[in-house]
Amino acid sequence: MIAKLVKAYSVVKGEFNVQELAKNTTTQVTVTESKWIRAKKLIQKDWQLYSLLFLPIIYFVIFKYIPMFGNIIAFRRFIPGGSIFGEEWVGFYYFQMFLNDPTFFLVMKNTLILAVLLLVITFPAPIIFALLLNEVRKKGFKRFVQTTSYLPHFFSMVVVAGMVLELVALNGSINNLVEFFTGNRYSFIQLPEWFRTIFISSDLWQTTGWGAILYLAALTGISEELYEAAKIDGANRWKQTIHITIPGILPTIVVLLILNIGNFLNVGFEKVLLLYNPLTYETADVIATYVYRIGIQSASFSYGTAIGLFESIIGLILVFGANYLSRKITDSSLW
Amino acid sequence: MQESIQYKIFKVFNVAILLLIVYVTLYPFINIVAQSFSSEANITAGNVNLIPKGFNVETYKVIMADSMFWINYKNTVIYTVVGTVISLVFSTMLAYPLSKKRLKGRNFLVMFVVFTMFFNGGLIPNYVLINKLGMANTMWAIVIPAAISVFNLLIMKTFFENIPEELEEAAIMDGSNTYGILIKIVLPLSLPILATMMLFYAVGHWNSWFPAFLYFSDKELFPVSIYLRNMIKGAESSLSAGATSADNLNQISSNIKSVTMVLTVLPILCVYPYIQKYFVTGVMLGSVKG
Repeated sequence: MIAKLVKAYSVVKGEFNVQELAKNTTTQVTVTESKWIRAKKLIQKDWQLYSLLFLPIIYFVIFKYIPMFGNIIAFRRFIPGGSIFGEEWVGFYYFQMFLNDPTFFLVMKNTLILAVLLLVITFPAPIIFALLLNEVRKKGFKRFVQTTSYLPHFFSMVVVAGMVLELVALNGSINNLVEFFTGNRYSFIQLPEWFRTIFISSDLWQTTGWGAILYLAALTGISEELYEAAKIDGANRWKQTIHITIPGILPTIVVLLILNIGNFLNVGFEKVLLLYNPLTYETADVIATYVYRIGIQSASFSYGTAIGLFESIIGLILVFGANYLSRKITDSSLW
Repeated sequence: MQESIQYKIFKVFNVAILLLIVYVTLYPFINIVAQSFSSEANITAGNVNLIPKGFNVETYKVIMADSMFWINYKNTVIYTVVGTVISLVFSTMLAYPLSKKRLKGRNFLVMFVVFTMFFNGGLIPNYVLINKLGMANTMWAIVIPAAISVFNLLIMKTFFENIPEELEEAAIMDGSNTYGILIKIVLPLSLPILATMMLFYAVGHWNSWFPAFLYFSDKELFPVSIYLRNMIKGAESSLSAGATSADNLNQISSNIKSVTMVLTVLPILCVYPYIQKYFVTGVMLGSVKG
């Protein structure tokens, strides 16, 4: 990124010097002035290119940046129908409110547990799956397994939730199996102790295959010669995997890990909303669903925003932190 | 090179594991199809796993005769088409200038756009804004805010950057302006990426449900995903108490839910074999430069 910047800068500077020579301008003042005039002229000459940007930038300002500044209502009293930026300052009132709210700590705990489970179980799964697929030599079989594996990625979350609810229903397939072994049937979706299992396993089902694509692409990029050399040195396939394959996909792993950590607290809110019910709130309720219930169903907009903002800021710190650490430690980073 | 005996054993296990993964991946879907063709009595008795029991197509007839189902289905098609067109136009309009090194403030604009990937307004400020703009209960509430996906935009920008500069220079010599170059040269050369983007956006819009759930109270506007959502969550009105009470989770029969699910995913399933390779190329293009 920085190399790119330097290059872009020197290109601009290069053109600049050529122009200056041609114009034979001498004084420092005219140089800085002509820089601006030049930029203006450039835009005028190239106005069609700049005009394309108009609508998309308006879009980003209205639908991305205004809501970002709309978070100000976490510090201001908000009246429905009033200004979207609130009416008057209340300072940290709403933040103190959630620090005194036992439900906040419950949803925080649930979110953290789900996030850690996702990072420990769902994140490595595509890597393992890609490594297993990589050992398959028959092209047709490999393609068949791969194509099947990412089918669930294309299903709407509503359909995924519907399938999960059918599978774990009292008369569903999982209970058929459970009854065969234990003689009992359980209403899993109403049992708080089962929510995390249901959530994580359905996530594995939906995302593993799709997540493997990038790793498989990285695997094809590893040079055959490295493997040949390792074979000559007497390394078996396991040693080759440890010393060649995994280092080969490490940059991909790091980049995806950073992206993942940035979304650490963002634990699949849509699925929770579809799968939870008051009986399972104890383990299923997460920050985002709580914000939804507080902010939209109970219309406590400012309070909900304060909790949401707290979550976003942690997310932002995490992504910058992860990126910084990874740049220091492994040399691969997002920026 | 001779393969060790351990490696041969591993390979047998590997194939077995992968076949198991395929089975587990397909199982929920086959189960739903089997339930959709079964009698409710057999489902309740826990007899239906992979094969329909008590063959029944009546439910398909009932659902397909429900006018609300078709109104919602039609809405999904309209939202998908309109949303995809808007997304493609907006993404191209932004990705093309950003792919040009000569653009002043390019690095700033890229940062301006990418930052929204890591920090967004959050649920409530967005909700407040959409209501303030009077977009609630209109199609625009769901198609406009989702118009540009930054991830897709970056894929597109990378693709445009790799189009040889000489082609465009030649067109400038022939007297083409920027619009002309974009329409006559760049876009025809970008058909593969446009097709991929179209599919990415179309599947996104087809599967979207939460914005509609948030902003629509009028049943006539619901996409089919909300029709299904209300069914699986026990058919209470979508914006009432929110979470479902445990009693009505089983109010609507598994058979009816299964039929609706099958009908909802059918279009995706029909095109899936043809389009999946474009998705894979799309993701890989994106990975070339993050």
